[in-house]
Amino acid sequence: MRVLATIRLAIRALRRNKLRSILTMLGIIIGVGSVIAAVSITTGATKQVEDRVASLGQNVITVFSGSFTGGAMRGGWGSAPTLKPEDSDAIATVSNVVAVSPEVRDRDQILANGLNWNTLILGESPDYPQIRNWNIASGGMFSDQDVRSVGKVAVLGQTVVDQLFPGENPVGQTIRIRDIPFKIVGVLEPKGFNLFGQDQDDTVLVPYTSHMKRIDRRTFVNSIQVEAATAKSIEQVQNDINNVLLTRHRGEQDFTVRTQLEIAQAMTATSKVMSVLLAAIASVSLIVGGIGIMNIMLVSVTERTREIGIRMAVGARARDILIQFLVEAVLLSSIGGLTGIILGISASPAAKLIAKILDKFEITPDFLAQFASWPTYTSYTIVFVAFFSSALVGIVSGFYPAWKASQLDPIDALRYE
Amino acid sequence: MNAVIQLDDVHKIYHTGEVDVHAVRGVSLKIFPGEFVALMGASGSGKSTLMNMIGCLDRASQGFYLLDGTDVSKLNRDELADIRNLKIGFVFQGFNLLARTSAAENTELPMLYVRHHLQSHERRERALKSLEIVGLAQRADHHPNQLSGGQQQRVAIARALVNQPALLLADEPTGNLDSQTSIEIMGVFQKLNDAGITIVMVTHELDIASYTKRTVILRDGKILTDEPVKNRLIAENELQKLRAAQQAVQLA
Repeated sequence: MRVLATIRLAIRALRRNKLRSILTMLGIIIGVGSVIAAVSITTGATKQVEDRVASLGQNVITVFSGSFTGGAMRGGWGSAPTLKPEDSDAIATVSNVVAVSPEVRDRDQILANGLNWNTLILGESPDYPQIRNWNIASGGMFSDQDVRSVGKVAVLGQTVVDQLFPGENPVGQTIRIRDIPFKIVGVLEPKGFNLFGQDQDDTVLVPYTSHMKRIDRRTFVNSIQVEAATAKSIEQVQNDINNVLLTRHRGEQDFTVRTQLEIAQAMTATSKVMSVLLAAIASVSLIVGGIGIMNIMLVSVTERTREIGIRMAVGARARDILIQFLVEAVLLSSIGGLTGIILGISASPAAKLIAKILDKFEITPDFLAQFASWPTYTSYTIVFVAFFSSALVGIVSGFYPAWKASQLDPIDALRYE
Repeated sequence: MNAVIQLDDVHKIYHTGEVDVHAVRGVSLKIFPGEFVALMGASGSGKSTLMNMIGCLDRASQGFYLLDGTDVSKLNRDELADIRNLKIGFVFQGFNLLARTSAAENTELPMLYVRHHLQSHERRERALKSLEIVGLAQRADHHPNQLSGGQQQRVAIARALVNQPALLLADEPTGNLDSQTSIEIMGVFQKLNDAGITIVMVTHELDIASYTKRTVILRDGKILTDEPVKNRLIAENELQKLRAAQQAVQLA
């Protein structure tokens, strides 16, 4: 029998039991739909994390000082007074290092414009915006000269601007940090929240020398931010930095050198595990859908025993019967698969739309708002995989019933009541 | 002339549980083109088993069977399916039409399984021609549930004829029909036979058998008698008589 004729025959057989066919498909629809939705959501989450990691800057290597131990108290990474600005100078000589910035961090209350605000004061070098891939919105970055002269200059993050200079351009004005006036030379572009949910714009940059000598009055830095020339050179730069610092610290490993790649991997590991888990759970429903198809096909074969007998009596070979039922099963599963794909892809935009409409009436339920805000990403790969696995489910679950049908004895089948 | 059916000492033994059932015990039979044979016998006489073997639905345990010059006793399942498709037309007691499928599509069914593919318009044409032969061309698009028993059996006959088989096999074709419709159906068979089609029919009704040309009676798996029909009935005459009688009743 020809392919087209067989498919037409199968469509007709499925339409004869519309409700049953739809209910059988529902299993596959839900299975495929949930696989698509689950993978889209977790892929979206992974992508978001990756984007945020990328927003930290490209090819960034961070050197942390060791942990400070005073009595029984241990201070955590960056608390030990072991990293010096001179370490930073030494790192700058390592090949493939394009930018270095010693970092001093401290939270302080700042005053300006008759307002005050508690924010993160970062002591950095002029290389910092380059390392962090962070542009200046207005004004400019402070210079090496400012670092050498321990200048009282500052660059503000957008949040600080919003809090202390609402609706004003702060460049040229003054803020007071620990009662020391700092002249504002520039404002950073808004960068948003980082991986840990902290507002990156809630910060003030000052030369690290000024931070060390005027604000915190200390001789060590918390960390050193380094940018490698290329992604390929990261590993070499990491090793070289480690060696240079080991020599400088007389062989004592009182620091750690981390690459951004390691941080990114750690951050996306969770969502990747989630992705695999969710997809695994969703594929269970696909298997359940397959069992549903097998069940219905077995019922169908029993119901249509006489039809099979008639077809065999007029000359259908075993293979003709096998193909007829197999095509029915595959049609069931692949139509279900297609519907599931459409549903799975449209689930997130649909939720967003509903949330938007409900928002107008201010009755959006929390869970819906949350679901609507999830980033989703549907790759063609997963759509193809989902479609072909639904077709495969049809073949696997339809094969036994179809084989059973094809092996019927025509005499018995004709006599079947 | 070569026989359409040539059975040579055919046996059929069913191995069911402890006892072997010897359903057919050495039947030899020759049926020539243009014959119209009634196979008769009580239940258990082996006539159905013989019919299944003649129809290539089943194979003989012993002996050999030549159908239209082909030895079919050694063929496998698929080869038997092809023989059924091309050389044999089946008509059953219960009509065995596909439900919710039009008369024309039912008639097209055997053509779906022909090895060389036929275009759909070609199939439709042949189906309509076949329906015309049994006088049902106007009902081509009716579904079986819209047709009377006699009409359904005509569709089944049209289906049996559509691949121009060498042999038409009918298994109690009038078993589910009232007497008048039975005579009508026998009329269709007689017409086909007059046109040269070989027909073998299983029946247990003597009056139905008397429309055929030759009666083979089986008992205990063997042929008891095999003789030509004396006082053969002609369906057309019988129908006229029946109508006259009905008219007489109405007049009275």
